[in-house]
Amino acid sequence: MGDQQTFYEAMREHGITRRSFLKFCSLTAAGLGMGPEFAGKIAHALETKPRTPVIWLHGLECTCCSESFIRSGHPLAADVILSMISLDYDDTLMAAAGYQAEEILEQTVQKYDGNFILACEGNPPLNEDGMYCIQGGKPYIEKLRYMASHCKAIIAWGSCASWGCVQAARPNPTRATPIHKVIHDKPIVKVPGCPPIAEVMTGVITYMVAFGELPELDRQGRPKMFYSQRLHDKCYRRPHFDAGQFVERFDDEGARKGYCLYKVGCKGPTTHNACSTVEWNGGLSWPVKSGHGCLGCAEDNFWDRGSFYSAVTNLGVTGGVEATADDIGEVLAGAAAIGVAAHAAASVVSHMKDGSKGDSSHD
Amino acid sequence: MNSTAAAPHDPASREPVYVFEVPVRVWHWLHTFSFLALAVSGYLIANPLPSIGGEASDHFLMGNIRLVHFIAAYVFAIGFAVRIYWALVGNRYARELFILPIWRGDWWCGLLHEIRFYLFLSKDTPVSLGHNPLAQVAMFLFNVLGTLFMIGTGFALYGQALGIGSWADRLFGWIIPLIGSEALVRNWHIMGMWLMLVFVIIHIYMAVRADIMGRTSSVSTIIGGWRLFRNGRR
Repeated sequence: MGDQQTFYEAMREHGITRRSFLKFCSLTAAGLGMGPEFAGKIAHALETKPRTPVIWLHGLECTCCSESFIRSGHPLAADVILSMISLDYDDTLMAAAGYQAEEILEQTVQKYDGNFILACEGNPPLNEDGMYCIQGGKPYIEKLRYMASHCKAIIAWGSCASWGCVQAARPNPTRATPIHKVIHDKPIVKVPGCPPIAEVMTGVITYMVAFGELPELDRQGRPKMFYSQRLHDKCYRRPHFDAGQFVERFDDEGARKGYCLYKVGCKGPTTHNACSTVEWNGGLSWPVKSGHGCLGCAEDNFWDRGSFYSAVTNLGVTGGVEATADDIGEVLAGAAAIGVAAHAAASVVSHMKDGSKGDSSHD
Repeated sequence: MNSTAAAPHDPASREPVYVFEVPVRVWHWLHTFSFLALAVSGYLIANPLPSIGGEASDHFLMGNIRLVHFIAAYVFAIGFAVRIYWALVGNRYARELFILPIWRGDWWCGLLHEIRFYLFLSKDTPVSLGHNPLAQVAMFLFNVLGTLFMIGTGFALYGQALGIGSWADRLFGWIIPLIGSEALVRNWHIMGMWLMLVFVIIHIYMAVRADIMGRTSSVSTIIGGWRLFRNGRR
């Protein structure tokens, strides 16, 4: 069998019943927002297509993406997905270690050249020739470039791989760089979030291995099925926003009543993710539901955008000065008003001086 | 009146000149009041009023503030589109906002003269039939480019609310990745409002000052369309 093994056969080998398999297919179809008829299509694809290996690399990161992934709300999904991918290569999840582990990479390149998916968690640091992240005696950037040159497509897990995240925060001493700024010749799917939602991760990876193509992406390279709406648009506290009912302080009456968290810095209105619909930990909760504003962790540069507790954040050009558009604007408008008043006063003085000299100075 | 038509830039001319045609004047005031509505409602979207109590279903304050913002935005944007059309078909003064004649030496001389005049370095009151060169620069940078920037970033943000694939997203959505992220576009949209407000403050001051101290009418010109001339500064 070997190369010809399908996903379905791989799952059956790992003790997953056909019933569970079909349940997984319908769950995934629902999760991807694809309608009931797609459950059959996913099942058919997984039964007939040869298994696509997934190589999971780790650069500079905190492993929160892996932590999220293995806690996928539906235990079935986690089991099935893990049986599909974990056997190949994942530094933190696989049993192999050392030379044995690194050999798997080489074997995958030889056996599946151009046919495996590269899932990147974290990003490569470029300063000092990449010496800030060494794996198996080599800079991570070399490993990433080598594997990327042989893969079919790349999944950039989390905000690290998608945007840079905290390790790329100003002044970014290691020059941590997101994947799309390092690899230019392969299709890249960004799955941002710190971490991304487990169901989003399993959904994206299932779509890619089942259909052999990338999900439809938005302008910034994120799958539209999960990132096309702001949290704010589907937030259960949205009626309080529209009514003008806000939490002013975390200990006020509004906070106890569950009013909108916009004024205490919720970034839901500018954050694209599925938190307000899919929620976290199997639909248990999510930041706004627990009473804290969204930090905007799925958005580019959220780490350098100023306060998590202010609705208006900084402009991203002020260097070390943490000034918002309103701070700068108020100073500019004030300066213009003072300047106008001073110029008016000077005009009057100048006019009166001319008047006292008589009208001979002009005309 | 023949002499005005023959030599419209003759500062010695004392005959009234018809400068701002009806569409220009109507647009000016639509632009002014839609900008004021946009600035106030926009500020309240970024910095909402104190929280109100009661049932959420009894109130729609933020919703109405956003509605005002969006209606004013359509007036602002469509008005500007019509104004661009009028620049093509209107009189020569209708084009002054959009085209800075930087290839003309006398325009640069006029600009320098204006700057010297407003710094009290020159007593010689400049006279222009349409906009003076300094006003033209300020209007082009803050009003024309500012308005385009506000329309572009505004509809890009509006497209996010309408949804991916909406007309606003298809026409203006590309601005968001160009600037970086939606939060950043939002912040620059707020900054744009402040810069246009600075322009408004200086613009009103200059217009009133020219009316009182200058040799040409100014405030009445944008209401009635005719530029009147006076002898001397009084």
